[in-house]
Amino acid sequence: MLRDITIGQYYPAESVLHKLDPRTKLMATLLYMVSLFVFRGAPGFAVVTAALCLVIWLSKVPFGYMVKGLKAIVVILLITAVFNLFLTPGEAIFTFWKLKITYEGLQNAGFMVIRLIYLILGSSILTLTTTPNQLTDGLEKSMKPLNKIHVPVHEIAMMMSIALRFIPILIEETDKIMKAQLARGADFESGNLLKKAKSMVPLLVPLFISAFRRANDLAMAMEARCYHGGEGRTKMKPLKYRRLDGTAYIIVFVYFAIVIWIRIA
Amino acid sequence: MSIILDKVNYVYSEKTAYQIQALKDISLKIEDGEFIGVIGHTGSGKSTLIQHLNGLMRATSGGIYYQGQDIYDQDFSRHKLRGKVGLVFQYPEHQLFETTIFADVCFGPKNQGFCKKDAELKAFTALRSVGLPEDYWYRSPFELSGGQKRRVAIAGVLAMEPEVLILDEPTAGLDPKGRDEILDQVAKLHQERQLTVILVSHSMEDVAKYVERLIVMNQGSVLFDGTPKEVFSHYQKLESVGLAAPQVTYLMHDLRKHGMQVQGTATTLEEAKHSILQAFAEKGKPIC
Amino acid sequence: MKFIEARKLIHEYIRRDEEGNVESILTALDEVDLDVKQGEFVAILGHNGSGKSTLAKHLNVLLRPGGGTLWVDGKDAEDADNLWAIRQNAGMVFQNPDNQIIASVVEEDVAFGPENIGVPTDEIWKRVEKSLKSVGMIQYREHSPNKLSGGQKQRVAIAGVMAMEPKCIILDEPTAMLDPNGRREVLEAVERLNKEKGVTIILITHYMEEVICADRVYVMDNGKVVMQGTPRGIFSQVDTLKDYRLDVPQITLLAYELRKEGLQIPEGILTRQELVEAICRLY
Repeated sequence: MLRDITIGQYYPAESVLHKLDPRTKLMATLLYMVSLFVFRGAPGFAVVTAALCLVIWLSKVPFGYMVKGLKAIVVILLITAVFNLFLTPGEAIFTFWKLKITYEGLQNAGFMVIRLIYLILGSSILTLTTTPNQLTDGLEKSMKPLNKIHVPVHEIAMMMSIALRFIPILIEETDKIMKAQLARGADFESGNLLKKAKSMVPLLVPLFISAFRRANDLAMAMEARCYHGGEGRTKMKPLKYRRLDGTAYIIVFVYFAIVIWIRIA
Repeated sequence: MSIILDKVNYVYSEKTAYQIQALKDISLKIEDGEFIGVIGHTGSGKSTLIQHLNGLMRATSGGIYYQGQDIYDQDFSRHKLRGKVGLVFQYPEHQLFETTIFADVCFGPKNQGFCKKDAELKAFTALRSVGLPEDYWYRSPFELSGGQKRRVAIAGVLAMEPEVLILDEPTAGLDPKGRDEILDQVAKLHQERQLTVILVSHSMEDVAKYVERLIVMNQGSVLFDGTPKEVFSHYQKLESVGLAAPQVTYLMHDLRKHGMQVQGTATTLEEAKHSILQAFAEKGKPIC
Repeated sequence: MKFIEARKLIHEYIRRDEEGNVESILTALDEVDLDVKQGEFVAILGHNGSGKSTLAKHLNVLLRPGGGTLWVDGKDAEDADNLWAIRQNAGMVFQNPDNQIIASVVEEDVAFGPENIGVPTDEIWKRVEKSLKSVGMIQYREHSPNKLSGGQKQRVAIAGVMAMEPKCIILDEPTAMLDPNGRREVLEAVERLNKEKGVTIILITHYMEEVICADRVYVMDNGKVVMQGTPRGIFSQVDTLKDYRLDVPQITLLAYELRKEGLQIPEGILTRQELVEAICRLY
């Protein structure tokens, strides 16, 4: 069911990672992503794997819960694997009609899939250990310089955090609408593409109407609670770097340096 | 001719940390033409139960038989079953989508494969039977009041001409008059067409007034199953699971404690009134 | 001291066609007079569409009066300078608990109001703790609102308003979407705030059982205030209430029916206890 998607869902726990400043985690995630595309060879692979394992262990989020999030991207993984498998030139190990699987292809496919899995796991640790509000706070503060060139940073951050709060609600609602229409004999599966697209109308119309109503209600509730933009706002949890963050930055930079060093050496 | 549930179990998120058993060994028989109330807390399994009856949810184990046929059988069409066992969900906003009310009510019969003319005929009959005035029919369903939306939602399911009508809290959020109107209409459908009706409700007063058989759900199991009188006589047990009997039942028990010869089993206002008046009459006391 | 004073308050929803000509006018409030004293518990009853929600939205200046005068906490609601002061002192809780919780963690949501009015960080923490305690939700402070029950969500919404330290809370059908347990939780929280913290409560509802503990009740129909008085006084007029698409609690109705049959039961019975005593006295 749609409800099983866990990417981006905060998982409350008491861990070192939960305590880190979101800016630190944003930076670390960014560097980890870069490192995934920089690393080379078995030693590099060992380092990125070790780093991921360490972070997963530190996060105290159950591994099974994390892996469930991967289900959503299985299709992308398969496509990537197939493309790499068949389209990499090199020494053939298996030929079937015009298609051939090469040794290099096998290697590339393997690495690509692993990269993607690590990428998703790595970034989901960010969202699993950081509340959406902290995350947007982190982004808001990191992007603050953009305010000078009239980018409405606060508004964008607020929109993001509201979107994150309402995604699970709207997913649940989609589920309910789907059931209500199925009970009236609707069919969302069979037929050609056009028929399928048409069958989405009874699902999308109630969903949009409900989303607009929610938006309207929410705007009113925010106004009633004296919301009037970012000006003069204080914070319950203002972002403050702590010693822990300093340590984390050092570890992250050392890690990145090692990956680069392995690549160059 | 009935719906039979045989040891139905349903488990959410099986084999994970979030595993919840929503239904535990439910065995029930629902006869044709019954008017059944289902009560229980949020999370007692009542919503899960009704979604099994029309095949929207699939039991983790156990069997469900509609008119003697196994609904999980390979050859059995669950799509057709949904036309026979009509389910109206709590929020009409979740199903209304067409530009006019009439077109919206046609949606069900069209999905069943009826031609435009037949579908319209069925929609016509359905809208008539829920008592929505004809000058509304070609308006947008989104302009209606809460009570009217409910009617259109019910008509949308009735148009499929189901043999069983299941209503999930059809009165939530309605004002008292709107609530009475909807329930009276449902009771009328039950009487005039011998429709089997299953009413999920939070209001003890409502179920006591309308239904013939009451099923109380608690933590995924059937706690009580019987006439409202039988069920409400266990009012202490009901309270221990956070439910309650209608106010008048408590009143009658209080009166008995004070030595008054009234029926302890009264569950509706009418019964309570008669019983109290009778007690006065038997004592030979002039009531004026 | 008077907290709210409305005189001949009018509000019209005007619908225009594409050229801007007036198509129809719906008078949602028709010369409404309302007086609420500091610390009072006032209930406003009415069927769906009677104008009670429109009235509520005026008290928090989400809507501006189309005519008449409205004073909230000694401030003129028509003066734009008073807007934020009024909103802070007359907090509002809405019907759908999901559509008024902004943050993804309970305590961060409660902090939203104080953050908007610029309360310093240390003070926000104190207020969040205090208001979550006052509605009995402190143990859920780090939870996600999505995992809470309807009654719990609504209590979080009330805490969010309490954190702004208002003098008055307006609740616009706060229980309409809740089950009986959720309804009880919310009402108990509201009553406690009124009794223990002296917060003025304006409860808008169509559930008759909920107004029994109010000090005064207003009944609205068609944008007008058609009845007002104590719950007892209002509930003794069963027939009039039925005309306004409302009804009375089952016990009150039984008492009324028995009276009609000739039993000498006093008018306006509210609780089971009262009815038992009245019947036994006659028996």
